[in-house]
Order: sequence, then C-alpha cells, then structure tokens
Amino acid sequence: MTPQQQIIDDEAKRDIRNRWLLSAPALVIVLLAATGPLLVVLVYSFLTAGPYGDVIWKGSTDGWVSVLLQRDIFDDTLSFADAHLSIFLRSLRLSVLTTILALVLGFPTAYFIATRPQRTRELWVFLITIPFWTNLLIRTFAMLEILRNQGLVNTLLIQLGVISSPIQMLFTDGAILAGMVYVYLPLMVLPLYASMEKLDFRLVEAGYDLYATPFQVLRKIIIPLVKPGMIAGSILVFIPSLGAYVTPSVLGGGKNMMLGNLIELQFGQGRNWPLGSAISITLMLIVMVALLFYVRNAGSGERSHG
Amino acid sequence: MTPNNAIEIRGVSKFYGYGEHRVAAVSGANLAIRQNEFFTLLGPSGCGKTTLLRLIAGFEFPQEGELLLYGENIAAMPPYRRPVNTVFQSYALFPHMTVADNIGFGLKMLGKPAAEVDARVAEMLKLVRMEQYAKRQTSQLSGGQQQRVALARALAPAPKVLLLDEPLSALDYKLRKEMQIELKRLQTETGITFVFVTHDQEEALTMSDRIAVMSSGNILQVGGPRDIYDTPANRFVADFIGETNFLKGRITAIENGTASLELPAGTKLSAPSPESAKSGDEITVMVRPEHARLTSAARGEEPILSGSLANITYLGTDTYFNIKLADGEAFTIRQQNRPGEQDTHNVGDTIGITFPPSAIRVLRA
Repeated sequence: MTPQQQIIDDEAKRDIRNRWLLSAPALVIVLLAATGPLLVVLVYSFLTAGPYGDVIWKGSTDGWVSVLLQRDIFDDTLSFADAHLSIFLRSLRLSVLTTILALVLGFPTAYFIATRPQRTRELWVFLITIPFWTNLLIRTFAMLEILRNQGLVNTLLIQLGVISSPIQMLFTDGAILAGMVYVYLPLMVLPLYASMEKLDFRLVEAGYDLYATPFQVLRKIIIPLVKPGMIAGSILVFIPSLGAYVTPSVLGGGKNMMLGNLIELQFGQGRNWPLGSAISITLMLIVMVALLFYVRNAGSGERSHG
Repeated sequence: MTPNNAIEIRGVSKFYGYGEHRVAAVSGANLAIRQNEFFTLLGPSGCGKTTLLRLIAGFEFPQEGELLLYGENIAAMPPYRRPVNTVFQSYALFPHMTVADNIGFGLKMLGKPAAEVDARVAEMLKLVRMEQYAKRQTSQLSGGQQQRVALARALAPAPKVLLLDEPLSALDYKLRKEMQIELKRLQTETGITFVFVTHDQEEALTMSDRIAVMSSGNILQVGGPRDIYDTPANRFVADFIGETNFLKGRITAIENGTASLELPAGTKLSAPSPESAKSGDEITVMVRPEHARLTSAARGEEPILSGSLANITYLGTDTYFNIKLADGEAFTIRQQNRPGEQDTHNVGDTIGITFPPSAIRVLRA
C-alpha cells in the first residue's frame, strides 16, 4: 500500500466514524423512544400479573395463553375465549369497513379538489384539515350529540314525521363506524389528493379519445395511476382504526369494545398487565401481517399492469 | 352538405369566461375539410387553432354552431363516441402500460376480440417501425419513439379523422424533419384525413394539402400552401407566412383590373388590383425577400427603390441584405449564394433594389 493510498484509506475511515458520531443522538432517541417501550411491553407479556396491577418478576406464559383462551376458575381447564375473539373480529371488521368507506367517500372528494383551479385547491385542502384543529375527544362527543336518541338526526326525523320514536343509533357498531370514518377521513383524502394532483389529466382526455367511457377511464387510467395514494391513505386509516380507543369507548358505550378498549381494560380494571401487553403485541402483528398482505397485493397489481 | 367533406364546421363559436370577461377562443368559424386531406390549422399561439381541434375531438363543446363529421352533427357527442382520434402534443402515453397495451387501448375499449387487437397492434407497430419495442415501458422510449407510439395508438382504431395537436414541437430539428416525412407517408398509406395543428409555418407549408390560417379566433384564409404563400388574403397572413417586405402606397388609377400605384418616394408601380379597391385608396405593397434582388450596374439595371445597406447576414445557402430605404423603412433581400461569386457589398453602401412586376402583391392597408 502506497503512502498515498494509506492517506485516502484513513480519510475514508475517519469519514465513516464521523458519520456515526454525528448520527448518534438521533440513533439513541430512536432506540430509546421507539424500541425501548416495545421491549418493555414484550418483556411484560411474559411475566406474571400482580394482584393490584403491575407485574411480578416471574416468567409466565399466562398472558399469551389468555389472549384467546380462558382458564376455568374451578377445574383449571382451558376453553376458548369467545369474548376476546369477538372483539378481535369486530375490530378487524370495523377497521376494514372504515377503510373502505373512507376510500369510497375520500376518492371523489380528492378528485374534486384535484380538478379545481390551483388557488381554490389550496382553500379546499385547508378546509379538509380544519377538523385536525379540534381535540379528538370533542369531535367524538359532537358525533355523540348528533347520533343520540334526543340528538340531531333523531329529532329531525321525528319532526319530519319519518319515524315516530327515536332509532337507537348510539352504542352500536354502526355508531362506531360512523365516528371512525368521520375522524379518519382526512387521513384518506390528503394522500389521495397528493397523488391525484400529480395525475396528468391529459391522460384522462387520451382515455376518452380512445373510446373509454367515464367509468372505464376511472378503472383503467385514474385508479392505476393514483394507486400509491390509495394505498397510503388506506394504511393511514386502517392502522389507527384497528387500535382506536376514544371513538369506540364514547360511541360504543363500553359495551361494543374494540381492541384498544380491551387493552385499556387489562391495564385498568382488569389488572392483568401481561395480558394487556400480549394483546398489544398481537394487535401489532395483525397490523404488520395485514400491511404486508395489502402492499404485496396492490404492488403486484401495479406490476401486472406494466 | 357535400359527401366528400370529412368535417364541416358551420358558424362554430367557443367562449371562455363569463360576462365581461368572456373571450371568444373561436368565433363563428366556417370550414370544410375534405376526405383524405392533410389539412393544417396554422396560427400563432392563442389564435384558437388548438381550441378548434379540441372541439372536433370532443374535449370542448361549442356554444354556437354545428360540427359535422361525414354529415352527422357531432357537436354535442361525448369524445368516446366520436370516431376521431388525437395525437397529443405531450403524447399522453399511459405510463402504466407497455407500448403494445397503449396501442391496443382504443381497440380494447371498442370491445374488439383479443386476437383482433393483437393483430392490429402488430400491424401498427410495423407501420411506425417499432416492432421490437412492443413490450417496453413508455418511459424507456426516446421522444421520437414516444411520438411514433402516440401515432400508432391514435391510428390503431382506424379513425375517420386523425387530429394532431402540434405533435412535432417537442422534437429536435433533425427528428422533426424525419417525422414530417413520416407523417406524410402515414397519411398517404392509411388514407385517413389528417387535421394538423401547428404554429410552424414551414411545417405547414411542407406537409399540408390545404392550410387554414387563424388569428384571434378567426379563420383568415383557407387554401393550398402556394395560394397562401403567393397570394395572402391580408397583411396578417402575408406577415405570418414567410418573410415579407411591406411598402405603404396609394392607388392612383385602376384599369382592367390593374392598379397603378405610387409609393411615398415617388416610385410608380403597377400590379393586379385587389377586389373592390378604388382609385385613391391607401394600400400596402408586399414583396417577398427572395423575389427582390440588388441591382447590378454591370447589367445596367435601373433600381426601383434605393437605400443604404444596414446589415449583411450570411446564412450558408443564402445571404440576407437588410436595407434602410430613403424614407427610413426597412427592406430585406434574400439572395442565393452561387459558387465562385464573391459578395462585394459593404455595410453603408448606397444600393439599388429591383424586383419583377409579378413579385408585387397589393394588400388592402
């Protein structure tokens, strides 16, 4: 090795070391803030529940077993935990429905905004973000005010003579769904708008020119081209929906629980931290599997289109 | 209606904006485009030529007038029902499809069976000499190749009329020249009526069977390239097509359709009189730079005009002489360079200008 090469080599090594040093603060924060709590949750899920909450430092798989099974208090036999399973299924169903509804409502909204003139577009995007200025809890209680038996919808329908007695809307899955769609709709509209804004509308004209009807243009040209926005929006809506806590607890009335409420219950009244931790990790796994499945499917669709 | 007209435009107007901001992009246009014709809409940007094309394509709808395609009024028909196809200025190829899928799109939308689509796509690829690119992504193609795909895509459904919106403007000079010949070949081979929009007068002159010159939403003149170049209808057309010298003048007398003219410098000329002109009218005399020549004393020529040489520009094939006339007006001569001939003129020289009587056109002021 010539002295010159040696110098270059040293220089490269120092450069690499400096990069690590400079990024160290960020790495420490990422490790502590993101991975740290996750590790705590993971460890807690394998410990024994303390009598007044908290955990006893004694290894146990009870937490994990109780995610889907329950131990009979008398004969210690294990049976299937219907309650937990129904909460899992309800969460999945409501989250998928929320995502689909948000997509169905958000798509035309984003298309409408993207086809406005530049100046008006900014105004519309601004209007879409207004709900973010208000606390989630307050928005959810506003929803409650609309849906309850003496609320806006029922009063209106009774006054119009459509119905004679109020419809029970509150504390149903429908109420939770309506609330979640309302809360998460902007998260769908914004990424959809971002990719529609980039859409070259001359391609739409080219589609019409080549005998595609408006529906065919939507299916063959617009949707394939704004798919990244649809995927991003769906992810942004699906993930928080699955773990939603405030909306189901206010609009579902504690009766129609979702995963978020179940987890909260284990850390609160249930005093079963290992079970709460195990459910949390299960939730995370469901999200990861769902995302992998979704992205892969959507991605391969993209490829087959060319 | 004459059956050999592919397109007839009758009193078509298209306005943008409302109330006092209302602007006519096309106003009261009348035009007949014949079958199997290479027809060009020519004009500066904003003259309404693209709007007129979009009206034919169906991307815009006229507020007034009739638009006939082979005798059928299509003014209110949506674009996906019109048997016309467009080659877009930006090509507008679908980025999520292969070359072959792009070309086959129109046929698929028409519900043609897959075998027929494939056969037609192969035929089109051959027509535009892109056979080996069928499976490529459109983003992997050069500008000229994208252009060919756009052409093939628009020709594949065998439209009754092909509309081309400045398709060559994004190409470099050499490629543009090639594509001009290519387009002309495709038009002859397919026998489809082409309606071509351009602001490039040279392009229009070389390719078209007939040209419509447009300005601020009006069609000023329709005719063959020669008619438009040699006998422009007015000053705008004369100025827009090619280079022109304009001289102010006055008609002193008209006899048997020949007008005697007097220029301010006292020069007397005679030329065919424009219609409905009368003695005493102020007119404009037009002389093309290549029709005028510097007088040579050796040949004993009498100058029609004289002035001082302001600038000489050597262009390879030709030389431009910019001359300042005695009354301060500018006059340009374009003279072909011949082998062995050395130009002996210098800037500042006083020189004479001459042109044959047939080079003079009289335009209404």
